[in-house]
Amino acid sequence: MTKQKHILSILVENQPGVLSRIAGLFSGRGYNIESLCVAETTDPLVSRVTMVTMADKPIVEQIMKQLHKLINVIKVYELTGSSYVQREMALIKVQAKPEYRAEILRIVDIFRCKVVDVGREHYTLEVTGDEGKMDAILNLLKPIGIKEIAKTGIIALFREPK
Amino acid sequence: MELTGAQILMKMLKEEGVDTIFGFPGGVVIDIYDELAKTDIRHILVRHEQGAIHAADGYARASGKVGVCLVTSGPGATNTVTGIASAYMDSIPVVIFTGQVPTQLIGNDAFQEVDIVGITRPCTKHNYLVKHTEDLARIVKEAFMIAASGRPGPVLIDLPKDVSTTTITYKAPKKIELRSYKPTYTPNIKQLHSAVKLIKNAKKPIIFAGGGVVLSKGSKELTELAHKTQIPVTCSLMGLGVFPGTDPLWLGMIGMHGTYRANMSSGDCDLLIAVGVRFDDRVTGKTDTFAPNAKIVHIDIDPTSIRKNIPVTVPVVGDCKITLELLNKLLDKEDLGDLKKNRNSWLNQIEKWKSTTPLAYKQKNIIKPQYVVEKLYELTKGNAIITTEVGQNQMWAAQYYHFKKPNHFITSGGLGVMGFGLPAAIGAQIACPKKLVVDIAGDGSIQMNIQEMATAKQYGLPVKIVILNNRYLGMVRQWQELFYGKRYTATGMEHAPDFVKLAEAYGAVGLRATKPEEVEPVLIKGLSSSETVIMEFVVEREECVYPMVPAGAPITEMLLV
Repeated sequence: MTKQKHILSILVENQPGVLSRIAGLFSGRGYNIESLCVAETTDPLVSRVTMVTMADKPIVEQIMKQLHKLINVIKVYELTGSSYVQREMALIKVQAKPEYRAEILRIVDIFRCKVVDVGREHYTLEVTGDEGKMDAILNLLKPIGIKEIAKTGIIALFREPK
Repeated sequence: MELTGAQILMKMLKEEGVDTIFGFPGGVVIDIYDELAKTDIRHILVRHEQGAIHAADGYARASGKVGVCLVTSGPGATNTVTGIASAYMDSIPVVIFTGQVPTQLIGNDAFQEVDIVGITRPCTKHNYLVKHTEDLARIVKEAFMIAASGRPGPVLIDLPKDVSTTTITYKAPKKIELRSYKPTYTPNIKQLHSAVKLIKNAKKPIIFAGGGVVLSKGSKELTELAHKTQIPVTCSLMGLGVFPGTDPLWLGMIGMHGTYRANMSSGDCDLLIAVGVRFDDRVTGKTDTFAPNAKIVHIDIDPTSIRKNIPVTVPVVGDCKITLELLNKLLDKEDLGDLKKNRNSWLNQIEKWKSTTPLAYKQKNIIKPQYVVEKLYELTKGNAIITTEVGQNQMWAAQYYHFKKPNHFITSGGLGVMGFGLPAAIGAQIACPKKLVVDIAGDGSIQMNIQEMATAKQYGLPVKIVILNNRYLGMVRQWQELFYGKRYTATGMEHAPDFVKLAEAYGAVGLRATKPEEVEPVLIKGLSSSETVIMEFVVEREECVYPMVPAGAPITEMLLV
């Protein structure tokens, strides 16, 4: 069976140790975590974990059931396969030698991202988008020279019916 | 009401109906012990914390109640980990209280500090570090609820010393409701209708029952289902006793050391009704050849058990007892046709397997371990509570003691803990003071928790220990004989204590049999004693457990005697 990317959205009780329970479940059972994003929701007692994992279908089914079995996990949704919006943010520090500065700013313009820090030798860009956009901008910036990068990992929500 | 944490703990334990605690004191739990002495809760002082957790486990299995264990921080806590993992694998409701260093010292590498909550996270159903005395009452209540409900399991509560000593104004906790924890007890009725259809159409069905039926107390309903539909029954190791071992429909245990007829019928059946099982690898053998022709109905309260190892035709999430009750009711409304006639050829086939290849061993002029268990069964009429250690002794107990009732076979099934049987027997004896409790042990495993002999003596517990002494770690030796060219590396145990003298040193009775004709007199003498007794049987050294399915092979491919 083929492994596919699955985005899971997990509502958990906002308590110490909960993240460790989730991470421990993945390492203990040999599942993989591509990315992980956690923050409080509007209810301060609840956090949302958005997790991306690579797995085949029966394993994802098992992962979801195992997650749900954790006492502190309130709900587990799988977003992949339904209609959802996803975003990821990255801070990208690019080498900005004089001959490339105009090119970088053109890319910033095309991708509608922002320059959040600038120096004699670098620009730091803030990029938001889905995976496709991330891949595209990184491809363009790589030849120019990426010094450092920090990504948030994917966050995602279901689309409401129109 | 002004109460200290320790006082609140006692109050909550009383409310939960706790009558016995298995434990071992230490620095940070002295306050708790000081309060414990003022209650009528019985404390059993073990000789090693591993003994405490196994005893609490044995107590829980024999009584159907939650077992309770209390130990100190650091080594006290880590010594319980094996037993917690065992209870977790076998879904046994136990609540473990561990002491912890004072909250302001946590994380400072204080004396006897260990992150037991971190250590036990993957082997408890849930665990807690209590940071404020105000949370204690609620947490204890939650812990007992979580341990005993749904698929049961161990819950650990870590209690920093200052949480026990701080005085607060006690408020009774509200009714516990966890929005994130709602086990499904009542199954989806549509699924049951599908199951009924499969049962009606099946030509060669079997029922495969496990520990879930013991835990849900669904033995009666299971037996009713089998009789009503004339479907033969096999059990996993954990399920033994939920269906009478004397019933004509009984197939014997399934799996690596299952009976020929049970394993063959799983390979041949067209419907497998699995109830309260998790399809462990010791049951299935090679998974893609397990029950290859069968539609599978899988009933279990834990959704993660379903489709974890084996694809299933009709998954049913629900409590085994409730589900079987509903299934029986639905079947009552159905016309099942002439079952006697329809089942005839299937039951005949099974009978053929049974008569051509029964459980067997070759009797010689030396004691056979199987013979000891057979005699024990005869003499106790199958009514004793049997605990086991792990290895050959465990398998022979499972094969040759034909359990009639649930909660009578207490064994570390999933984790396979050597040293489980004696402390578990102590727990079972305390839960059932009037019952005969026998630990079937090997000479290797009994030595892993032999110190609990002193506990048995201290509390006057007449547990009986049957040691099948082959001076080997027999099961590993068997694998070495069969699969490793008889290279018996590190399995010879030529040096063991004199078990008779050892029993006497503990103030217990020691008996020994070295010839087949001594087996019965020794058993009669030992079993009729009101003392703690060790009965040592010097058995054939290189006896193997058969049938045996080599690890990873299809379970229909058995090595036979």
